[in-house]
Amino acid sequence: MGSSRSSLRRVPDGQQLLQETGCEPERWFCLGLRSEDLEAELSENPIGDRIVGAFFQPGQETVDFPSFVRVLAHFRPTEKNRTRDGVQPEPANSRNRKLKFAFQLYDQDRDGKISRTELLQVLREMLGLQVTEEQLQSIAERAIQEADLDRDDAICFDKFRKSLEKVDIDHKMSVRFLE
Amino acid sequence: MAERWRSALLLCLLMAASSLANSETPVSSSTGNETTGTGHETAAITTLPIVTWKWHHVEVPYLVALWVLVSWLCKLVIEANHNVTNYIPESALLICFGFILGGMIWGADKVQTFKLTPTTFFFYLLPQIILDTGYSMPNKLFFTNLGAILIHAIIGTCWNAATLGLSLWGCHQGGAMGNIEIGLLQYLLYGSLMAAVDPVAVIAVFEQVHVNEVLFILVFGESLLNDGVTVVLFNVFDAFVSLGGGAIDAKEIVKGIVSFFVVAFGGSLLGTVFGLLISLLSRCTKNIQIIEPGFIFVLGYLAYLTAEMLSLSSILSIVFCGVCCQKYMNSNMDENSIQTVRYAMKVFANGSETIIFVFLGISAIDKTIWVWNTGFILLTLFFILIYRFIGVFILTWFLNRSRLVPISFVEQIIMGYGGLRGAVAYGLAVNLNETKIKEKNLMVCTTLIVVYFTVILQGVTMKPLVQWLNVKRAATVDLTLVEKVQNKVFEHMLVAIEDISGQIGDNYWRNKNFEEKWMSRLLLKPSARKKQDRLFNVFHQLNLQDAMEYVKEGEHRGSLEFIRNESAFVDFKKKFGEDYEEAMPDIMAVMADDQGSLNDPVSACRRDPVPSVSLEMHEQNMRGLREAEGINSHYLLDQHLYKSRKQHRYRFSRSHLDINQDENEVQEIFQRTMRSRLESFKSGKMGVAPPKTITKHTKREPQPKVQPSARFNRKHKSGIENPVNPVAPSERAQVRTPGHLHRLASLRTSAQPGDTVRDRNLLTPPPPPHRDDDHL
Repeated sequence: MGSSRSSLRRVPDGQQLLQETGCEPERWFCLGLRSEDLEAELSENPIGDRIVGAFFQPGQETVDFPSFVRVLAHFRPTEKNRTRDGVQPEPANSRNRKLKFAFQLYDQDRDGKISRTELLQVLREMLGLQVTEEQLQSIAERAIQEADLDRDDAICFDKFRKSLEKVDIDHKMSVRFLE
Repeated sequence: MAERWRSALLLCLLMAASSLANSETPVSSSTGNETTGTGHETAAITTLPIVTWKWHHVEVPYLVALWVLVSWLCKLVIEANHNVTNYIPESALLICFGFILGGMIWGADKVQTFKLTPTTFFFYLLPQIILDTGYSMPNKLFFTNLGAILIHAIIGTCWNAATLGLSLWGCHQGGAMGNIEIGLLQYLLYGSLMAAVDPVAVIAVFEQVHVNEVLFILVFGESLLNDGVTVVLFNVFDAFVSLGGGAIDAKEIVKGIVSFFVVAFGGSLLGTVFGLLISLLSRCTKNIQIIEPGFIFVLGYLAYLTAEMLSLSSILSIVFCGVCCQKYMNSNMDENSIQTVRYAMKVFANGSETIIFVFLGISAIDKTIWVWNTGFILLTLFFILIYRFIGVFILTWFLNRSRLVPISFVEQIIMGYGGLRGAVAYGLAVNLNETKIKEKNLMVCTTLIVVYFTVILQGVTMKPLVQWLNVKRAATVDLTLVEKVQNKVFEHMLVAIEDISGQIGDNYWRNKNFEEKWMSRLLLKPSARKKQDRLFNVFHQLNLQDAMEYVKEGEHRGSLEFIRNESAFVDFKKKFGEDYEEAMPDIMAVMADDQGSLNDPVSACRRDPVPSVSLEMHEQNMRGLREAEGINSHYLLDQHLYKSRKQHRYRFSRSHLDINQDENEVQEIFQRTMRSRLESFKSGKMGVAPPKTITKHTKREPQPKVQPSARFNRKHKSGIENPVNPVAPSERAQVRTPGHLHRLASLRTSAQPGDTVRDRNLLTPPPPPHRDDDHL
């Protein structure tokens, strides 16, 4: 415990980060960015750009370590037996926060809703060239119809979350970190 | 009702046949085994016989075929009422039918003429089941969980065997079993044959329960891989029993441990070699497509027999044969052959399973083998259950410390409860040597009782237990569109995060380079390898699919009337805007060309003035189209969402055969990303690094580049109210393509970062469609 405490002191906002993310910051030092392979592999990913973009706060051009850590913390496996005292802020890897992160991938302009165009953009990235524009339109329209309850042609976060009730977020949004 | 009469009739026929057979030949015949005397009766004939009764001539094959028919009829009778199979698994019912049949035969003959002999079982009934499981094994899921599976298979089975043997011996010493002559070694031998979880039983029970895939693969994978351990343990203890207690020293024990590695890895290696052989073979069978499907059966069976011959693990061999050859065979073979293989495998596997369970029932009705020892039997049952649960809990506790998503307690209970014993244990028990093991009959009986207990009782209670404990079930097929898209988003997200964080995730081992460079080059047909860059092929498929949809729509209105009916044609145009005007002639031409015989009537009718289609039919069509639209969307998503490097979904069933296809979309995604990077560079929105040179991928560019330009420069038509018309747009795309090939050239040659300024003008993407405004 002593060594970790000293490392906590070294990292700016270390204590706060620990509380937010639930993970000791010294672990994060082990993570490194591999530049070239990363570029190639991320470019193969249809939503690679969005994900990289998610690390950056809106308007900023650089990412600092705490933000990086905060974003990655979303991907820790959910702990089921956490006591819910109202004092602690909701942990970064709770189901809600994970869904919020995913929601923000769609919602690039951060207005709290996924509009039809935003959904279309994501669909366009994720589907092959073989799907025509009209087909994309109809898919997007139908998706919004399925999830949209107040008929404003957009999906707000609550509806998004409700439509994903059956999906196993734990399995799908967790990465094994060095811990 | 008719089926029941039919089966009853056949059963009577069977009894008559068998009693006739037995009145002629005193030797009891087992199916498919050694030939009984088939000599012709050389009695003196006095006149020319017109028809003779030649029963002996055909006896053995006739009985085999008759038994197969009877077993399958039992299955027919069971499945006649679907509600029953919801509560009681089919295997349990088949065993019960076996009891009834066995009782009838016993009643007729006073001796059990038909039983499940080990030879029949191990050589003729089991291989195809295991081949089927190997061939339809979800490879990614399997290898992802391989660690957990191996630990359960190896350590779990050893634990089961050791504890069962030792506990029974302990109880024997304590006098709980009365006076039977079984020594410690024999107890250990018995433990080793009872330890193994049986794949046939697991499939039979779990198929109807539909637990989630991870849980299923853990139990199922364990049941397959534990054969390696079972074979070794059985042979080792069998040898020890023969050697006698005194000859066992450290050397023998070391040899035993070494033999495990040899048997297990040798079997797997042999299977892999055969799998690669099959793949290589499928590369060359283009000219004999008619018997192409047969090769896998023959070679798979040879893999099984070769492993048997070398005393390696035959089940492991055939499993790995199937696992290895899947991918290459599905790429190399013709589509019809692939279907044939799949269906034939299922027929054989299902058929064999049915026969096995029926005979398991029949074999019980035999007074000669029954020895009842209450202590032995009850203690065996008790210990099997207890030690299975304990073993699972301990091992899972270890595993959970290093698993990403831990196996929950409820799932562990199901894993423990799913440790079903089956025919393999019975086969091994019957194979015991009577002279060395005096209490063989007792062991056989106990094995049978354990098998019945697990298959019937545990099978029946499995489903209620799963429901009561609220175990996570297999994902329902009908995801909403949002869920579907979101699942894919998650997968891609995970892959990206793993890349970013530099973790060696599951993706590390799927490093495609080795596979692509060596294996694919060797084992895939050149044409199949090209197809891996599949854009053109998919384009073609999409056109085919569009054409079929078009015809289907037409038939919906009554036998392609809209072709014949001029005004209906006009309505069609009016409804869907004038976009399709240009496309329609193309399609008409295509269709007219393809169906030469229809050429004249079609063109003739088009010239006929016919009153317009009634409005109601039109409305009906629109409603139908709306539903079709929904189904289309789901279908589209299913087909065209990019598969990430992470996972593919599989469905397990003996009766559902889903194809899972692996597409290499790297090229296309890469181009698209490059494009978007150029856009963003222009707009300066994101802080990502400037686009790199595309040079390293140029060599693969020629063909696929045709597609991007189509996307680029398609003009967006507005005012289309019902956006679903699958046909015309692809035609349109095709029409548009040639005109923009010159932009291709410029994109390729000027791929340096410095040139992006120039390229920006050429590659201006169309403005995002403003359909929101003029939507309904």
